[in-house]
Amino acid sequence: MASVELTDVRKVYGSSVEAVKGVNISIHDGALCVLVGPSGCGKSTLLRMIAGLESITDGTVKIDTTVVNNLGPAERDIAMVFQNYALYPHMKVYDNMAYGLRNRGMPKQEIDKRVRDAAQILELTQLLERRPKELSGGQRQRVAMGRAIVRSPKVFLFDEPLSNLDAKLRGQMRVEIKNLQRQLGVTSVYVTHDQLEAMTLADILVVMNGGVVEQIGAPLDIYEKPASTFVASFIGAPPMNLVPVTADGSGLVLKDGTRIGAQGLAVPASGAIIGFRPEDLEVSAGTNTHVGGLALDLKVLGVEPVGAESYVYGIIGGERVVVRVAGRSTSQTDDHLRVIVPKEKLHLFNDAGKRI
Amino acid sequence: MIQNNPIGRIIAHIILIIGILIVAFPIYYTFVASTQTLQDIIRPPLSLLPGGHFWENYSSALFGGISKIGGVGVDRLLLNTLVMALGIAIGKIIISILSAYAIVFFRFPGRMFFFWFIFITLMLPVEVRILPTYKIMVDLGLIDTYTGLILPLMASATATLLFRQFFMTIPGELVEAARVDGAGPWRFFKDILLPLSKTNIAALFVILFIYGWTQYLWPLLMTNRNDMATIVIGLRKMIDFTDANTQWHLVMVTCILAIVPPILVVVLMQRWFVRGLVETEK
Repeated sequence: MASVELTDVRKVYGSSVEAVKGVNISIHDGALCVLVGPSGCGKSTLLRMIAGLESITDGTVKIDTTVVNNLGPAERDIAMVFQNYALYPHMKVYDNMAYGLRNRGMPKQEIDKRVRDAAQILELTQLLERRPKELSGGQRQRVAMGRAIVRSPKVFLFDEPLSNLDAKLRGQMRVEIKNLQRQLGVTSVYVTHDQLEAMTLADILVVMNGGVVEQIGAPLDIYEKPASTFVASFIGAPPMNLVPVTADGSGLVLKDGTRIGAQGLAVPASGAIIGFRPEDLEVSAGTNTHVGGLALDLKVLGVEPVGAESYVYGIIGGERVVVRVAGRSTSQTDDHLRVIVPKEKLHLFNDAGKRI
Repeated sequence: MIQNNPIGRIIAHIILIIGILIVAFPIYYTFVASTQTLQDIIRPPLSLLPGGHFWENYSSALFGGISKIGGVGVDRLLLNTLVMALGIAIGKIIISILSAYAIVFFRFPGRMFFFWFIFITLMLPVEVRILPTYKIMVDLGLIDTYTGLILPLMASATATLLFRQFFMTIPGELVEAARVDGAGPWRFFKDILLPLSKTNIAALFVILFIYGWTQYLWPLLMTNRNDMATIVIGLRKMIDFTDANTQWHLVMVTCILAIVPPILVVVLMQRWFVRGLVETEK
């Protein structure tokens, strides 16, 4: 049980490549913090710095009340689950889980008890005498978790643990990890590039891009109030539609010259980007405008029915957008639709991509 | 086999059997000769069936002492060769696995320099550096010692490179998992690297044992005393230029005895050896 505190953490490779550019994150005791971002955003580097597998160029990492910058991975009281599980191929499942405890000189009975308890929780009891290569992907994943659990560390670190599993198993393991983390109440840091995984698992969601933190918050807060166009397009699937606009005296002008009513939007002179989620659009039958909403013309490019809903792809003011429609859409390619965005669902970003 | 018709199969088997006969017959013939008296061997034709002097010939060769090589028995030659072959094989494996471990898993100044330095020694086989090495051995007073026989042949770039290649296939995450699990460098080596390398070690052991067993040039230089000679050297000394002076029945016995240990090593370690060559346990 511990909190994790990152203060101005930087990582520079060689003399110039800055992978992590001053990150501040505070994770309270028992929380599950998810670091999410595209590949190369520094999320894995950050995790490895917390683990002690990567040196810290600048700043401090604090676990509980101890600054761990100069401690080795084994001394930080952390346990890590790796992307490829990193099970010891020549050891049985039992020994895989017991190895870390043996290295710490724990008495045999205590090791046995812990391994069997963890196996019980993860339903691995039948597999303790097997070797990793005799296990399925999901089972290996469980063993990797078991290896972390038996240590009862202060912090769990997960490095994209589900990315090697197929979609169905991934969904299942996601729920299991969440439940397990709740049950054990161990502070966790979880790295993923999958925004769905991030949204569903996180207590604290950290969206990273290019070595900096774009936004920290509760998943739904971030979804509803993205701090930048990057966060807006990264969180949510399909991503938020972003349409650049400029303002002149009488209203707003889209990229292709289409004029729309300003509807009281305060658009700065330098221009702005309006954003709206695909599910927040209303397709209107006539030409009437929704009170307090932004009415836009959409030219349909194609329709993707996925079952319970359909995605209508189209163009508004020269920008590609997508609209999520419940059930099946009757729209055809080249149809013109009138869509309305309620004002309270509109997101406004300045030309630098920051939320206004 | 690609096709499975009976005629093809029979032909294939016939070819294989002929091949085996060609390879095995000389060895069989040597064995036959080793069970005959000297007179029977010198007076052709030699029988194709083993004669009745098996125990007599083998015990006199093994324990009787052979006058041609100063009354030393083949048992002594076998012991010398065994010590040398084992020393070379085990020594090479220990040295090369440790140096490969250092080169792959540690960052230290001059790492690449040492790697290339080891690599370059590949270009200097025993024959090339034989005179300076011999001089050093003489200066150190190591002529006619096991150390002198073994030491110069122990350093091996080939084995180091082989282990290096294998170590580089070990995923970085495994190393990191071990670090998180609190395994220091020594524990990691002992608990993880060594067990994972055992098929490679077995394969190398077989190759290096045979390499050591069949060494000729180096033992020829290094040994003056008959009781320090290896079996290959002994064999050479037993053959005289004049046919009649050579105790052929004992030469044949020594030949057979020289073949047996490498065959035993290959057969006993075959399971490991083959596995090490074809698959890496991941």
